[in-house]
Amino acid sequence: MDFLNGFVALLNFVVIPATAYGAQLALGALGVTLIYGILRFSNFAHGDTMAFGAMATILVTWAFQSMGLHLWGLPTALLALPFGIVVAALLVLGTDRVVYRFYRRHKVSPVILVIVSMGVMFVYNGLVRFVIGPDDQNFADGARFLINARDFREMTGLDEGLAFRTSQAMTIITAVIVVAILFWFLNRTRTGKSMRAFSDNEDLALLSGINPERVVAITWIIVAALATVAGVLYGLDKSFKPFTYFQLLLPIFAAAIVGGLGSPVGAIVGGFVVAFSEVTITYAWKKVLEYWLPAALEPEGLVQLLSTDYKFAVSFAILVIVLLFRPTGLFKGKSV
Amino acid sequence: MKKFLMASAASVLAAGGAMAQDDPIKLGIILGFTGPIESITPNMSSSAQLAASEINEAGGLLDGRMLEAVTADSTCIDAAAATAAAERLITSEGISGIMGADCSGVTGAILANVAVPNGMVMISPSATSPGLSEAEDNDFFFRTAPSDARQGEVLANILMDRGIEEVAVTYTNNDYGQGLSDSFISSFEEAGGTVTLNASHEDGRGDYSAEVGALASAGGDALVVLGYADQGGLGIIRGALDSGAFDMFAMGDGMYSQSLLDTLGSSMNGSVGAVPWSEGEGSEAFAGLTEEAGFDAATSYTRESYDAAALIALAMQASGSTDPNEYKTAIMEVANAPGEEILPGELGKAIGILQDGGDIDYVGATNVELIGGGEAAGTYLEYVVEDGTFEQVEIR
Repeated sequence: MDFLNGFVALLNFVVIPATAYGAQLALGALGVTLIYGILRFSNFAHGDTMAFGAMATILVTWAFQSMGLHLWGLPTALLALPFGIVVAALLVLGTDRVVYRFYRRHKVSPVILVIVSMGVMFVYNGLVRFVIGPDDQNFADGARFLINARDFREMTGLDEGLAFRTSQAMTIITAVIVVAILFWFLNRTRTGKSMRAFSDNEDLALLSGINPERVVAITWIIVAALATVAGVLYGLDKSFKPFTYFQLLLPIFAAAIVGGLGSPVGAIVGGFVVAFSEVTITYAWKKVLEYWLPAALEPEGLVQLLSTDYKFAVSFAILVIVLLFRPTGLFKGKSV
Repeated sequence: MKKFLMASAASVLAAGGAMAQDDPIKLGIILGFTGPIESITPNMSSSAQLAASEINEAGGLLDGRMLEAVTADSTCIDAAAATAAAERLITSEGISGIMGADCSGVTGAILANVAVPNGMVMISPSATSPGLSEAEDNDFFFRTAPSDARQGEVLANILMDRGIEEVAVTYTNNDYGQGLSDSFISSFEEAGGTVTLNASHEDGRGDYSAEVGALASAGGDALVVLGYADQGGLGIIRGALDSGAFDMFAMGDGMYSQSLLDTLGSSMNGSVGAVPWSEGEGSEAFAGLTEEAGFDAATSYTRESYDAAALIALAMQASGSTDPNEYKTAIMEVANAPGEEILPGELGKAIGILQDGGDIDYVGATNVELIGGGEAAGTYLEYVVEDGTFEQVEIR
């Protein structure tokens, strides 16, 4: 019984939140890594692309809600998601047409594109605030919990509660589906193969008759879709506030780099590495150990390796260590 | 022709002299019109300007000179921007006193870098960090908001009175949060309580599950949240509620916001907290004034702003000078007893009494009583959340 209690506590405070957060980071890091692999620059505007896609989805969600459309237990935002993706795709394609294409034609070095993407980031930043404002927006509806802590306690008779939010379940399931589709697309379809060829060797790809503009456009559409899905899931799970998306950029880049920039598998693994390291290393193990250890060995203190103040330091320490020993990241991405 | 020139020159000079006498007295208002507290500063500024216009309507200060408010942006978080704004008000606007700043961090920066070197009086309506009590201020700094040292004590008493003796604490990682958590913990432990964990949180972060996990593991009967309602404070409470870690919260003044309750719904019922408050004739009179002026007095720190501006003006009148070095000593005199009690809306009367050599005790909208180095003693509202609204329990 004690073992079960400890296990449930661990699940409730570490495994479930970290898995959901990891899935959100992984979706974000996939977008960053695709841009890096195919367009060959670090896209700093990615966090704000997520915010923009989520914003477009929220506006459509509100329209649906006022029309009385709903998805029974599930959030209406899922219904609005395709519309959000279309709007976000139009935005990034437009940005590519008026901004990035110019620099691509001039074959500028990647570092200039990074700075350009920073400029784009500020423009998106302002755009989102201009349309929806800097405040928190609430757009979640439907059932909030699959299992709620109190019900779980009554149901099982355990001392520890277990909460599993609908948004967490949705995040994890959606992440799995999206990743599966993406890998199928990249490995099995003609377009996906041409994208990989373009990523591996641009000149050879051009010689083989691959149209670069088409590859670039498809990349942007996929990135817009990934960013919108990640942004909406994050907004449903936590809250939509433009500023937090900007802050998310940091862990997302850490995830992409740990996994290896340009490697889709790496982005997913990196997302979970960053999320789990943030949560587990700063977790106070006292509660779990009290259940698991015999009474004589029960800890006096909190058994916390590091205070939560250092949670960001943890993911960056991991980043540094990985880069020291494997400069291309865990999954052999491109060296930075 | 020469005579005519001389005459016109003389008359211009004379007019200039007369103009100088009628020059308005400029009052600097430095508040965070952009940044984290941009939603409450417009009403604070309106309140300070209300005091100025009330004095002007009653015939002005120091034999009919008018008060003119000039505003500048403190940003609440950017010390460099706030310092530059204060510098500009002093050098190019020529102000005679500062109503501000708002957040504790920028207030300390302006005080040390601008106000003390330039000899400028500052009365802050909302900087509550206990650290400012010990700041090197050469008696130029006052505040109409109470120090958080007092708030921490009040919050500790509220919990103790309810029989809650073991809590976990989380605070927003800045001067305000740090100061408040220090004062809360020392009062709470002094009263016999136990703090299981004191963890900071950063505002605007993506994920708070690490903090919630650590706080839940440390445990306690309640979680004390000393943060902001629209920032990390909300994220922490949401995470703690969702995971079933805590169902009772005690909140500092930064969490006093209806939007928090609207977002979180019925699960907040039973939680408690404290917020600087005042009641009685003064705040009622002030509510009447703001209603006439057409803005809402119920948002945070409006009363304190009115009082801060009024105190500067009355001290100038009492000392007969607009020189900060001269009138700074008069601030405590007009704010405290003895003398005739002055409520909001009676500033004209107060100036009359001071002109006749009388003594006043400015009560204002917040029952101003300056103690120690010139900060408000302060009263707090203890509230409990019931049916999604803040219900008053008592005034402490």
